[in-house]
Amino acid sequence: MQSSDKESNQGDTRRDFLKKSSLITAVALTPSVALKAAENQVDERFAELFEKIPLNLTVNNKAYKTSIEPRVTLLDYLREELHLTGTKKGCDHGQCGACTVHVDGERVNSCLSLAVMNEGKKITTIEGLANGEELHPMQAAFIKHDGFQCGYCTPGQIMSAVACVKEGHTNSRAEISEYMSGNICRCGAYPNIVDAIVEVSKGGNKA
Amino acid sequence: MINFQYLRTSSKKSALALLLKDKNAKFIAGGTNLIDLMKRGVSAPEKLIDINHVPLKQIELVGDKIIIGALASNTAVAENELIKEKLPLLAMALNAGASAQLRNVATVGGNMMQRTRCGYFYDTEMPCNKRKPGSGCGAIGGFNRMHAIFATSDNCIAVHPSDMCVALAALDAVVVLAGPKAERKILFKDFHRLAGDTPQLDNNLKADEMIIRLEIPLNNLTVNAHYLKVRDRASYAFALVSVAAGLEISNHKITDVRLAMGGVAHKPWRLTASENFLRGKEATIENFEQAAKLAMTGAKGFGENDFKLQMAPNTIIEALTIAKSKA
Repeated sequence: MQSSDKESNQGDTRRDFLKKSSLITAVALTPSVALKAAENQVDERFAELFEKIPLNLTVNNKAYKTSIEPRVTLLDYLREELHLTGTKKGCDHGQCGACTVHVDGERVNSCLSLAVMNEGKKITTIEGLANGEELHPMQAAFIKHDGFQCGYCTPGQIMSAVACVKEGHTNSRAEISEYMSGNICRCGAYPNIVDAIVEVSKGGNKA
Repeated sequence: MINFQYLRTSSKKSALALLLKDKNAKFIAGGTNLIDLMKRGVSAPEKLIDINHVPLKQIELVGDKIIIGALASNTAVAENELIKEKLPLLAMALNAGASAQLRNVATVGGNMMQRTRCGYFYDTEMPCNKRKPGSGCGAIGGFNRMHAIFATSDNCIAVHPSDMCVALAALDAVVVLAGPKAERKILFKDFHRLAGDTPQLDNNLKADEMIIRLEIPLNNLTVNAHYLKVRDRASYAFALVSVAAGLEISNHKITDVRLAMGGVAHKPWRLTASENFLRGKEATIENFEQAAKLAMTGAKGFGENDFKLQMAPNTIIEALTIAKSKA
């Protein structure tokens, strides 16, 4: 309530600030200018006016341009701003893996990454795996091998599993378990998840 | 999370200049520990300086040293062919830590800078001299199963949770730090601190410095090396006790040996007395047992972690035995 009051009272000023700050932020991102700004203390004057900063990234092959508070995690940006709710919030502290997405092809916990740290990067979420109505081989394998019960951890498991195959950490069931240990399944579907990964890793259709 | 200002730079010089200007600024690299602490309200920097684009990701052999940039990811180091061949102990320790997702973003410098911590540090409702100096230690007389047994202080008995750092302590790594005026070098084993009377300080990095690279001298511990981590589940858990063991064996005699432990002290714990005992001796189980006994000098339990007084020497003997058996 308080913050929305503040917003309406200071709306003009804030808009004004945003214009200036986005300009300065963009400039500050250029290294040589950033250095100069730091030396001249230019960034300090404007930094206190920052609220949102510009962000450009690609999610599932679609480009997005927005401005965002620095404290927003990649996970919250995907779910709350883009409404890509396939990526799940489990622990929100990097312990469960439900939020796993690919950033430039590598699996990461989106809950422990600030959205603004992903400027210019290519993000793939569970929504971006299938080819139209055709499931990704790992999605199909999870269904075939019953690799889930409640399904909450599944998007993270599948994103992690696709990366695990791509990394080549599928030489044994033990190695798969080791490299999938960042994804927790409270239902205990682990043996079936490993079955699905073994099948995809041997199947040749790794997509 | 309390909001903060965010700046990004791709030069070391500007990163240092930005840091110098603001006492409440912090660098962010992978962010896997810092963002977690910020979410819990344990850390609340006013400004974050994103240094991910500073070119410090090199992994290379220069002369008789391996150079690793501070921003090389844990995965990049662990999967690097040079590291696997020349410093297998480091690759093993890295792969024993965290999860694949975390290792992909966590950096070498960030791994060193992760907080020495325990559950009381994370719980802002509880006393913790590290989080709030003078407030007391919840772990002494509390839940202390994960805690330290060596060089503890009345102020703090938390352990440094890194696996990578245990291997680096064993490998005689040197840390290169850049300040506003010059660079300086510090031995890895002197980088982290004991709790003493300043439990709020985990390391000897100055407020205006940044870690820029590691220099690790080549060694002959390329075959008989093992990182053994004992933990509550098979993967993705902090160590109860871990041991980095490297042996160079020539004509049945130990010509070089490195031993360091994790999960037992406020910093990676190098076992110098045990090394001195083993050097020049035969690699026998009796000598390993004697070395393990020597390592435990001064160890002290706090109740729930008393089991470590037996687990630690057992783990040393086992790590040395496995290291010796490799060929």
